[in-house]
Amino acid sequence: MAELAKTEADAQTRSRPRKPRRVGREDLGMLLGLPTLVIIVFVAWVIWRQTASLDDIEKRQLAWDAIGRLTWQHIKLTVVAAIAVLITAVPAGITLTRPRFRKFAPPVAAFANAGQAAPVIGVIVLLAIWVGFGFWTGVLALGIYAFLPVLRNTIVGLQQVDPSLVEAARGMGLSQLAVLRRVELPLAIPVIMAGVRVALVLLVGTASFGTFINAGGLGALITTGITLFRYPILISGAILIALLALVFDWLGRVLETAATPKGM
Amino acid sequence: MSDSATSSQGPDGSVSGAEITLTDVTKRYTRSGKPAVDGLTLNIPAGETVMFVGPSGCGKTTSLKMLNRLIEPTSGTITIDGEDIRSKDVDDLRRGIGYVIQGGSLFPHMSVADNIAVVPGLLKWKKQRIADRVDELLDLVGLEPDRYRDRYPRELSGGQQQRVGVARGLAADPPVLLMDEPFGAVDPITRQRLQDEMMSIQDELRKTIVCVTHDIDEALKLGDRILILQEGAQIAQYDTPDVILAQPAGEFVEDFVGSGSSLKLLTLTRVQELDLATQSTATIGESTKDVIERTRAAGDSSVIVLDQRRRPIEWLWLRELRSDTIPATEDPKLITIDRRATLNDALDSMLVSSHDGVIVTGRRDEYLGVTTFTTVTDHMRATEQAAAEQAAEA
Repeated sequence: MAELAKTEADAQTRSRPRKPRRVGREDLGMLLGLPTLVIIVFVAWVIWRQTASLDDIEKRQLAWDAIGRLTWQHIKLTVVAAIAVLITAVPAGITLTRPRFRKFAPPVAAFANAGQAAPVIGVIVLLAIWVGFGFWTGVLALGIYAFLPVLRNTIVGLQQVDPSLVEAARGMGLSQLAVLRRVELPLAIPVIMAGVRVALVLLVGTASFGTFINAGGLGALITTGITLFRYPILISGAILIALLALVFDWLGRVLETAATPKGM
Repeated sequence: MSDSATSSQGPDGSVSGAEITLTDVTKRYTRSGKPAVDGLTLNIPAGETVMFVGPSGCGKTTSLKMLNRLIEPTSGTITIDGEDIRSKDVDDLRRGIGYVIQGGSLFPHMSVADNIAVVPGLLKWKKQRIADRVDELLDLVGLEPDRYRDRYPRELSGGQQQRVGVARGLAADPPVLLMDEPFGAVDPITRQRLQDEMMSIQDELRKTIVCVTHDIDEALKLGDRILILQEGAQIAQYDTPDVILAQPAGEFVEDFVGSGSSLKLLTLTRVQELDLATQSTATIGESTKDVIERTRAAGDSSVIVLDQRRRPIEWLWLRELRSDTIPATEDPKLITIDRRATLNDALDSMLVSSHDGVIVTGRRDEYLGVTTFTTVTDHMRATEQAAAEQAAEA
């Protein structure tokens, strides 16, 4: 049906244009629905926190300034790791799609695959033993874990650019760098950004392990909840991490929409 | 460099192209294998349209891409306007050569204007000059600048995209235009219109155009000269369409061109050589009553509606006329052909026309007349008879 409509439109040179839709209906639902959901759940949790009768330990663990500090650590861990991934995986992906380095793509992809396949808890603890405990070890471990989706999407995004467009650009006299900057990257951006969004969500989840190596984060609530057998603390930690993941997913979607060039 | 590419066009449509020569050009992809192009020597005169045709894998596209160094020849020399193309920086060279490929290959994330402005931008033209040039080119390829300038490629039909592709190729007014199967991705009717437009653009600009096609009819229609290639880019024949049809050099060309004198006649004869039939016309805003009276008096049952610039916009049966004055509705499916279209094109168009003929237009799409199936067959019969008489005399 779509095919038929297309040929019909081609047949008439003065055909009516189809206005491109910047944001699809489905995307729009996610863009508006996600924050609504997050706000509802968060408000519900706040009401519970204010009204529930908590014992001393629970009160101390769920104090507002403690929660704020842990959340901030969690966000910092996620964002710094995401930036580290972005500035390493995207250039790596670009390099691996250049003709001269194309042959290195499979081994690098295999390495990145291994990085993601290995359990984070193992990687994070081993790294801590090797390079020491702390924030930057956490960033390194998370970075290794989230490297793959960004690398893979950068490679795929650049590979799916129509080769005839690249040839047209070269044939018009754009240098290789100009073709990359003005044609390949803009066309690959939607796919790359999708990878970044996946990486962000992965990072929010895995940053929970940061607490094991003294890198901070909301994971502390979960471990405390388990060790002290306090369900309110445990569940609060889980809910806050889940909400944060949804917020980052939403941010990723906003970035994706904003970065997609007009006309696509 | 930018100076030589800016305005080499003569004021009255005099030749603005440059001569291209190939001397013993060879391209080998592997050291031991058969060369894709084997010792091609060729002269392409300035301002002519040369069509490269041949079976797939004959090296025609490789030969074309060597002209702008998208493919580097293994040996041999290529000169454009007497200058060896290897003496220039490759990107500078390409900015001075228009390049048009199948489907237009527009950049989907750039507006129509930005697509056209790429090469002028690289040549550091002033903003205002680029904007003026974009409008001028859109006009040239038959797209209203105000309507199309800010659209994105996917808002355009295939034919419109291809038009923008041609405009982009011509953007910096290069003396040489390379086209790689330019009209391969559109339907036959649109293709024929684009070919017609290409011919009228070339009439004005007289660029040197090198165009690859696999369609011999397209080659015969558009080419001043046709280069028929065999495997390894061996020249089977390089000559004008008339000579290729009249004296094919050997069996290969004969097979490739196809036989049957009537068929050849169809591709060589242009619509303007026929006596066009007259058809009642009406202008937008005229009183319907007058039009119907006039049309009935002329013995017609349908009328062609013309706009203020005498361009046909609709072909209506009298019974379809209901309003008091002739309406300005445009029929997007109305099929017209240029006076330089071949009889082959005319017959194609008639098959899809809902009337018993097809409208012929001249310069700037102005209405000229109508050609019908009978006109075409009569003309062919007369020509064949004349040829037979000539043969009998000889």
